[in-house]
Amino acid sequence: MPLTAEPPAATSAPPGADGPETLRVVPVRHPWRWAAVAVTAVLLAQFVHGLATNPAWEWAVFAQYVTAPAVLHAVGTTLRLTAYGTALGFALGIVLAFLRLSASPFLRAVAHGYVWVFRSVPLIVQLLFWFNLAYLYRRIDLGVPFGPGFFSFPTTDLVGAMGAAVLGLALHQAAYAAEIVRGGVLAVDAGQREAAAALGIPRLRQLRRIVLPQAMRAIAPNAANEVISLFKGTSIVSVMAIGELFYQVQVIYGRTGRVVPLLMVATVWYLLLTGALSVLQHHVERHFAKGATR
Amino acid sequence: MSPQPAMVEVRAVHKSFGPLDVLKGVDLRVAAGEVTVVIGPSGSGKSTLLRTLNHLEKVDSGTVAVDGTLIGYRRSGDRLYELREREILRQRTRIGFVFQDFHLFPHLTVVENLTEAPVSALGRSRKAATATALALLDRVGLADKADAYPRQLSGGQQQRVAIARALALEPKLLLFDEPTSALDPELVGEVLDVIKDLARRGTTMIVVTHEIGFAREVADTVVFMADGRIVEQGPPGQLLDAPREARTRAFLAKVL
Ligand SMILES: Nc1ncnc2c1ncn2[C@@H]1O[C@H](COP(=O)(O)OP(=O)(O)OP(=O)(O)O)[C@@H](O)[C@H]1O
Ligand SMILES: [Mg+2]
Repeated sequence: MPLTAEPPAATSAPPGADGPETLRVVPVRHPWRWAAVAVTAVLLAQFVHGLATNPAWEWAVFAQYVTAPAVLHAVGTTLRLTAYGTALGFALGIVLAFLRLSASPFLRAVAHGYVWVFRSVPLIVQLLFWFNLAYLYRRIDLGVPFGPGFFSFPTTDLVGAMGAAVLGLALHQAAYAAEIVRGGVLAVDAGQREAAAALGIPRLRQLRRIVLPQAMRAIAPNAANEVISLFKGTSIVSVMAIGELFYQVQVIYGRTGRVVPLLMVATVWYLLLTGALSVLQHHVERHFAKGATR
Repeated sequence: MSPQPAMVEVRAVHKSFGPLDVLKGVDLRVAAGEVTVVIGPSGSGKSTLLRTLNHLEKVDSGTVAVDGTLIGYRRSGDRLYELREREILRQRTRIGFVFQDFHLFPHLTVVENLTEAPVSALGRSRKAATATALALLDRVGLADKADAYPRQLSGGQQQRVAIARALALEPKLLLFDEPTSALDPELVGEVLDVIKDLARRGTTMIVVTHEIGFAREVADTVVFMADGRIVEQGPPGQLLDAPREARTRAFLAKVL
């Protein structure tokens, strides 16, 4: 018994003998690919079935808390921490990136030092430092360097727990942002700056209009990674008793003992919001890809 | 002596990159309304000389003046004070530069490439700058490409856009550094045609090129550079057909 059927006419007639329009294209078959799809589909179905039927997941408890006001408020706090951390972190990061690209060896070294320190110290250690800042410096004076002060605040007024958290996240983020921005700027062809300079375009405008938009092609994917990891990283500030998502979930399961469904509440929010950030990333990347392809 | 006032006056310019002397005392005078073509072997300092004319390259000594104004420096007594970047940028708006590799801004449309400098460097209104840009695109035969991005154009079209971008500032002087060297042979003609048209309109230009035929047709003066010096200069008929210097003859024998 033949294993495969002979393709009709393929051997008896030379190719093209009865005109090319009668020849049919038969695509290559991929039996192993189909086998892999079948196995994966079965595993996925088992997993979903387990999620739905295992009572330990306590979906009723999940449903009760996932949109509870306390949880929504905590989601808001997490988003605020992410937004401030990103905005301040990247603002400082851009400044640091250009210091590292400056002609002055001193400025370059300072920026380099900053990046070294803030990439080295674990975020949680930094956060605890800032949280305890009030013990380090009781008062903050504004005035002449090394000279008399004009204004003076008790440190705790200025740096509350939320302030300390934002400060820590932003300073940490700035070190990474600086490297990402610097890499993006270096990726832009030097001829672009030169052409802009030859046209007499003012320096800041060269950066804003010519260099940075092109650098964004390289910056955007890495920056999105950073924002997403900062977004999850905000869960670390739960050690400072700030009511962000993870802290709030811990408070609730501490009270009710329903650990798994509440971790699931946090997980689902992290998933949803990271998904939203990915959609945003897609649009940002498309915006800066203008003119990149034919 | 040329009857025209000098548009470019280069005096005793020296320039080195580390131990390498690239310009070893260059003097050059270009009259207003004339086309000067610079030829010479690779590495002889042609690009470097051109780049000193708009201070993309600083000179080590000597002076460059365009339209009677020192470029990059201010003279006070017997001292030259280096200008601030902002003042140098202002000077550059009077001098157009066309690069071998075009250097168009790839993320801006063709018309945005042309309006960027007039708006940001000269403070023109976007509307006026756009009108000028469209007229210039028409002149270089690319009126229908105003909203295209540079990468959607052929090399010849990109270089014509780059020329229009330089013209958008209404410069007194146009500098071309091998404007056709990055182009496929069949695209060279369209770019040279645009430059010839500018020559007919009396634009003062300095063109570094290897296109000897173009030099013969368009140049008022041909300058031959070798080894950081101007070896010989003169009208194309004289320099190209009856060169006085042996080095010029040797070079022309190779390229013609
Ligand atoms: N930024 C730089 N740093 C170091 N050396 C340089 C630099 N720019 C140019 N040179 C050197 O200076 C010499 C002259 O260069 P230049 O580009 O002016 O030559 P050119 O006559 O334009 O040559 P080509 O016909 O190949 O374009 C070359 O030896 C080159 O390697
Ligand atoms: Mg050159």
